[in-house]
Amino acid sequence: MKAVGLILSNIHDKNIPELTSIRSIGSVPFGGRYRLIDFALSNMVNSGITSVGIITKSNYQSLMDHVGSGKEWDLVRKNGGLFMLPPFSDNQDEVYETRLQALNNVMNFLYRTPHELVVLSDSDMVLNIDIDKVIDYHIEKNADVTCVYNEMVLDGDEGRLVSVIKTNVDGKVVDIKTAKPEKAVKAKSVINIWVFNRMLLINLIKETLSRESRADFDLDLIGKNLNKINVVGYAFEGYFAWITSLSKYFKHNMDLLDKKVRDNLFNQKYMAVYTKVKDSPPTSYRANAQVKNSFVADGCVIDGYVENSIIFRGVTVGRGCVIKNSILMQDSIVLDNAQLNCVIADKNVVIKSGRNLSGCENMPFYIGKNSIV
Amino acid sequence: MLTKKECVAMLLAGGQGSRLYALTNQVAKPAVEFGAKNRIIDFPLSNCTNSGIDTVGVLTQYQPLVLNEYIGNGSPWDLDRTFGGVHILPPYQGKKKSDWYKGTANAIYQNLGFIDRYQPEYVLILSGDHIYKMDYDEMLKQHKENQADCTIAVLTVPMEEASRFGIMSLDENGRITEFAEKPKQPKSDQASMGIYIFSYDVLKKYLIDDENNPKSSNDFGKDIIPKMLEDGKKMFGYRFKGYWKDVGTIKSLWEANMDLLGDKPNFDIFDSKRKIYARNVGDPPQFIGSDACIQNSIIGSGVEVYGTVINSVISNSVVIEEGAIVRDSVIFTNSVIKKNAIVEFSIIDEFTEVGEGAVVGAGNKKQDNDITVIARNEKIPAKSVIEAGTMYDTLSGGAK
Repeated sequence: MKAVGLILSNIHDKNIPELTSIRSIGSVPFGGRYRLIDFALSNMVNSGITSVGIITKSNYQSLMDHVGSGKEWDLVRKNGGLFMLPPFSDNQDEVYETRLQALNNVMNFLYRTPHELVVLSDSDMVLNIDIDKVIDYHIEKNADVTCVYNEMVLDGDEGRLVSVIKTNVDGKVVDIKTAKPEKAVKAKSVINIWVFNRMLLINLIKETLSRESRADFDLDLIGKNLNKINVVGYAFEGYFAWITSLSKYFKHNMDLLDKKVRDNLFNQKYMAVYTKVKDSPPTSYRANAQVKNSFVADGCVIDGYVENSIIFRGVTVGRGCVIKNSILMQDSIVLDNAQLNCVIADKNVVIKSGRNLSGCENMPFYIGKNSIV
Repeated sequence: MLTKKECVAMLLAGGQGSRLYALTNQVAKPAVEFGAKNRIIDFPLSNCTNSGIDTVGVLTQYQPLVLNEYIGNGSPWDLDRTFGGVHILPPYQGKKKSDWYKGTANAIYQNLGFIDRYQPEYVLILSGDHIYKMDYDEMLKQHKENQADCTIAVLTVPMEEASRFGIMSLDENGRITEFAEKPKQPKSDQASMGIYIFSYDVLKKYLIDDENNPKSSNDFGKDIIPKMLEDGKKMFGYRFKGYWKDVGTIKSLWEANMDLLGDKPNFDIFDSKRKIYARNVGDPPQFIGSDACIQNSIIGSGVEVYGTVINSVISNSVVIEEGAIVRDSVIFTNSVIKKNAIVEFSIIDEFTEVGEGAVVGAGNKKQDNDITVIARNEKIPAKSVIEAGTMYDTLSGGAK
């Protein structure tokens, strides 16, 4: 394999402070049994990448616990495998802030890896992409840089600036700028999966940072070099979800109740999504269980009513409970006769008997990890 | 470097399991699925890991392909070790002679070289067709305290079933005074679970003697144990109180699966302290459709349920389509129950498709009748009727 993977696990932590105050965005639980980084990792591994670095910055204990040795992604290798890349400071107290600084921080890794290409990926998104195809395209187009974009509607609720590109008839990127639209517009949005020729990336990082230490990756490193280097756009057309706010987190979890989305994410041939194995027992539906239109992971015990919900591993739903439109993370316990609607319960939450909690779709009610309500 | 292991486990996994009929036409009995996420062999392997035994020889002979692939390097059970770990031990060709495994004792005899490699003080003999959770370390402790030559795990069984087991009598100290393999008139209800700990030097001597005896059937229950008892060796019973089931027959396999159901299941696999591990394949969570109805059932990963499931065990990646009804049944991985099909009191093997509107095993309301079995990779045509008690196996054995 020609490429090495590089995943940024902290880059958008600030978007969902509720979920990331105790963890990095990469280790945010998603879809019943996954963490967001599972998608980035599995995408790379399924595309034949066997050497992956994970750039971390802060609160990465849960991430390291989750990823472990990389065994579940077959990343325990004699050559390559998994590399955790925590902050590195040469006598400076500051930890990097920007994407470019983060990459500069792993310059040694970039230098030493023997691969010709580098695949960059963020971990705040959910998609199943065959990166091998992107690499083939990169080579076919004789590109220096390939920018993966998704033609999507930007509604201003992205929680941050999104870069959009313009391409010419040959697919070459001719313009890149950040957008924060007032009204919904369709645009070719940069989803932060890039393929770079490695030495070029190294040179561009050094050159750009030497001019401006807080330079922007998209605008400065790419934008100011568009006339010098061959940047091509690659359209990703499958299911794509950006986890940019708590309401988006809620919405995209609920997307999994749609068969088309599930098939696109989980049922593609040779492209399974891997995650840490917990050896949970099967889920047990008891005599009073009534479950409708829900995504349920292993190891749960369900004896109540569950509808339109995402139930993570090891959740207990007591008798007489009514749970609708909710996300219950790992090992949460809902005791008898509680009622939940539009609730996100983080890990290990206990909801006492008879409680009645409700949020709404665009403002789900979030319950912090280990809380007892 | 010379190192040794205190106790090595030898897992007998070579039997054909002929009483499981169609289920074992293409796979060895230990590789038969159990309880939505596991195969039978997960239980002894997980018990070993949970008991601190990290060296396991798995003796295979009959249809080993699925089993070998499943065990792999043993990492799902934490048995991928630098020294020790799990090893598949098929029969092999020696310089002087080569043989299939003739009996349980002969199988161990042929692998004395494997055991010698670890210079163990004790050898634990296990079977690959039992469902239970057990701490072998406790049994080993007792073996050491008694300074025993052999310790046999003992279970109290109903007297009317005693003639199916090796039956023994124990004195007040737990020492075995009598042993009879499958006696017609059992003298007690103390049954051997087929789990033995031997002090290795004693075992080795008896295995060699047994091999040199042309009249022997080379079986632990029939030859080795009675001979040791006759010679006055120190043999003790280790009383086991807990769930244990020999799943050697279709009926018992079905019953053991049903024992996992209910609010207080007969066999609790939800105890997180002694997990039963399995090889995982990266299935997503299960999806339960809007019109689905699931009651008193356990369901594995990647399953999609759009129909009705009652009192059943549904393995990973099964699809139960709209209007289908599955009741009192066990469905193995990757099988599909098409629209409006009905499955009752059945075991459906892996990769099987039950066609639209087909009826399998219906009418077996009393459940005293035979369980219907559909072999792996079968396609039951739409709207066909498979009568209760049928052993449906067109691909490898012809329908019964």
